[in-house]
Amino acid sequence: MLSFTIDGQPVEGKEGQNVLEVALDAGFDIPHLCYNENVKPYGACRLCLVEISRKGRSRLTTSCNYPVMEGLEVFTSSDKVLRARRMVMELLLARCPGSKLLQEMAKEMGVEEVRFKKEDKDCILCGLCARVCEEVVGANAIQFAFRGDRRDIGPPFMEEPKDCIACGACVTICPVDVIGMKEEGDERTILRWNRTLKMKPCKVCGNYFAPWFQLEKFKEKAKLPKDFFEICYTCRS
Amino acid sequence: MREERGRGQGMMKIHDKIDLEKIREEGLKKLFPKETKISVGMATCGLSTGADKVYETLLKEVGRLKLPFQVGQTGCIGFCQREPVLDILTPGRPRIFYQEVTPEKAIELVHRWDKEEVVKDWLFFKMEGEEWIGEDKWFDYSIQTDLKGLDGTPSYQQVPFYQKQLKIALRNCGFINPDHIEEYIARGGYFALGKALLEMKPEEIIEEVKRSGLRGRGGAGFPTGSKWESCRRVKGDQKFVLCNADEGDPGAYMDRSVLEGDPHSVIEGMIIGAYAIGAHEGFIYVRDEYPLAIQKLQVAVRQAEEFGLLGDNILGSGFSFRIHLFRGGGAFVCGESTALMASIEGKVGEPRAKHIHTTESGLWEKPSNLNNVETWNNVPVIISRGSEWYSKIGTDKSKGTKVFSIVGKVNNTGLIEVPMGITLREIVYEIGGGIPDGKKFKAVQTGGPSGGCIPESLLDLPVDFDRLTEVGSMMGSGGMIVMDESTCMVDVAKYFMNFLKDESCGKCTSCREGTKRMHEILTEISEGRGKPEHIPLLEELGWVTAEASLCQLGGTAPNPVLSTIRYFREEYEEHILNKRCPAKVCRALLKYRILPETCTMCGRCAKVCPADAITGKRKTKKEEGIPFKIDEEKCIKCGMCFDTCKFNAIEVQ
Repeated sequence: MLSFTIDGQPVEGKEGQNVLEVALDAGFDIPHLCYNENVKPYGACRLCLVEISRKGRSRLTTSCNYPVMEGLEVFTSSDKVLRARRMVMELLLARCPGSKLLQEMAKEMGVEEVRFKKEDKDCILCGLCARVCEEVVGANAIQFAFRGDRRDIGPPFMEEPKDCIACGACVTICPVDVIGMKEEGDERTILRWNRTLKMKPCKVCGNYFAPWFQLEKFKEKAKLPKDFFEICYTCRS
Repeated sequence: MREERGRGQGMMKIHDKIDLEKIREEGLKKLFPKETKISVGMATCGLSTGADKVYETLLKEVGRLKLPFQVGQTGCIGFCQREPVLDILTPGRPRIFYQEVTPEKAIELVHRWDKEEVVKDWLFFKMEGEEWIGEDKWFDYSIQTDLKGLDGTPSYQQVPFYQKQLKIALRNCGFINPDHIEEYIARGGYFALGKALLEMKPEEIIEEVKRSGLRGRGGAGFPTGSKWESCRRVKGDQKFVLCNADEGDPGAYMDRSVLEGDPHSVIEGMIIGAYAIGAHEGFIYVRDEYPLAIQKLQVAVRQAEEFGLLGDNILGSGFSFRIHLFRGGGAFVCGESTALMASIEGKVGEPRAKHIHTTESGLWEKPSNLNNVETWNNVPVIISRGSEWYSKIGTDKSKGTKVFSIVGKVNNTGLIEVPMGITLREIVYEIGGGIPDGKKFKAVQTGGPSGGCIPESLLDLPVDFDRLTEVGSMMGSGGMIVMDESTCMVDVAKYFMNFLKDESCGKCTSCREGTKRMHEILTEISEGRGKPEHIPLLEELGWVTAEASLCQLGGTAPNPVLSTIRYFREEYEEHILNKRCPAKVCRALLKYRILPETCTMCGRCAKVCPADAITGKRKTKKEEGIPFKIDEEKCIKCGMCFDTCKFNAIEVQ
């Protein structure tokens, strides 16, 4: 175990863990948006900034991708941290002023006004959708595109993603909830990516339960009995 | 020279130092042939002004007249403004350099040279010998004939542009044909490699580089020897050495010139570094927008392979090393070390956190040592001349020289190499020859888009890594843009922020949104919508962008804004409070007015006005005129009237 302190309080972490993980487990409140324990930390949103002092040198850094080390001194709410975090929040809110979640987080942090021109975007470019699609689902259907202020996220050439299995992982993981999904009759659509797939009915109950395309992909990967994917999750359990 | 490769003279493997000496003899014959040799500077700067036409014309003319002249190519000798430059070297005569040569002039020069005459008006300078800095040698041309018409022509060392320069990195540029490895060897090239591989242990090389005080020339100034040492110490069966040739700062082209004029110096440095670190594979990451540099590198790597200087058992030392070229796809951020490595791996060029150094886990998670072109290029000289000599050049903590590309509002523009510690004043006024058209100096911008603007009050600042950082700028890779009173500092900040908001990779909120918002606010200010609270907001936003972003692109991005606010706050205030642009650059803030008492009622302004904003009546012999007037509402501030008026009757405010 590696011992270090967060806001003066001693904590312990395992080799390979990151500071945010340990801090959240220990009950510290560090705001974050692009971090999700199911995928690798990325450090894009910059909200989980903390001040870390090591070997006498102190600097601001994101806690989500900072590996725990023996003897670290972590400060989650120093003046510097709060100053930087508030500005990052204000920048996010200026980009996506319509987001309820961002509005609430901003309020909690004491960000009262947005001093920049408000845009009407909804995506905060945290990359969780792309990361879950790559790391967990293995479909690699969406990715970041372009750079700088034109940065975007979506399927290749922003056309219908041919590799998307419409599993909905991106819909679930999106922290600002802007990737919608719709099921109508035997069709499921991931609204943001314009991906519509036909669904398969369950042999037992007859309900449409998953896209054919998705089940084919799963069959290729999973070594399960042939009829496993004939029956819906509810009927199976 | 035991192995003939059958591809013409000199294409043979070098097995040891004796072979190297033999190749040197070959090279000397090429550098200093018995007959006259004309070399045309054909780096990108030369080509852009027509050096290729000069070269072709020379070839044809010499062939047509069957003159005993050789016509060859070389790199850039630094004074890019005077390109195309060519030099004529005849045994026993001073070497003559001509400037701004055209094909017509070239023909004339050849004819006159055949009659032992020079054309005085086009002369640039003369040389009586040349310095081989790597070996501390003066190669004398043993002049026997003085040419008519040369009196009054300055020697190379007397040209103010060159007087204060010390060329280590640019040692061969303009003196060798970069396509001929023999010429590089003749001027001492690859002898440092011989010394390193055959006489030194890896640890001794690292110690030597550490003691030399060499710091990374890519901009950050990290001590090179220490970097090598930490990479050597990491256990690992596979390590990489990398060369960063992704030079992307606007107005900076130092690395391009080195690669185009002296590619072997970089290769030699990399082999020495690889041996010291224990790497057997290297990559040169060169931006695709440098086609000529890529071509020169391709030729150089192939030649080094053919001569056995790359490959297995180099110089019989048992050490093996190979170099691959990798062409970048045009993203500025790929000059950042981790983004560069991601790009070579085939991933999106995006920086990642460096809590574990790249010397431990870099390219493909293997220990990797990345240095910039100029850093690698310095290494052979440090090895051959020794750290004691090298560390005497420069300041306490910044050793050696630095190449800068000096551009902008300055009389002499081009590439210069100066010892660290030289003052900005010396660079701008002595080497650069001061500000053109009698205008006043305003600022010098160093460090590229992430650098800062340094005002006149700091002109006596000695140039080194730490001093430039202290004043809110940085060394960067070596861009140096001189600005005069007609430059608006808000506009400058806006220009660089526009560049950075495009070139940020966009990963970090603070950098992507921060640079975008800084650009947005600067646009507001320059278009007359600035508010007093914009200045503190820019300062706050700048601080956060620097502190909260992952890599040094974000970390230094606010420098142009913060340094211009720091030194030119009153100019910002003029824009915001009085809606005036003192330098008369920000178009939206300009007011054009016709002075009725000066107006001759010629009507030219009204004729050229694209917005029909000027009214009045033209005065003719028969009729009285009415002085012209500009309708401010209609005026689009294009400045056409101002440029057209011959009587200075139009005033800009």
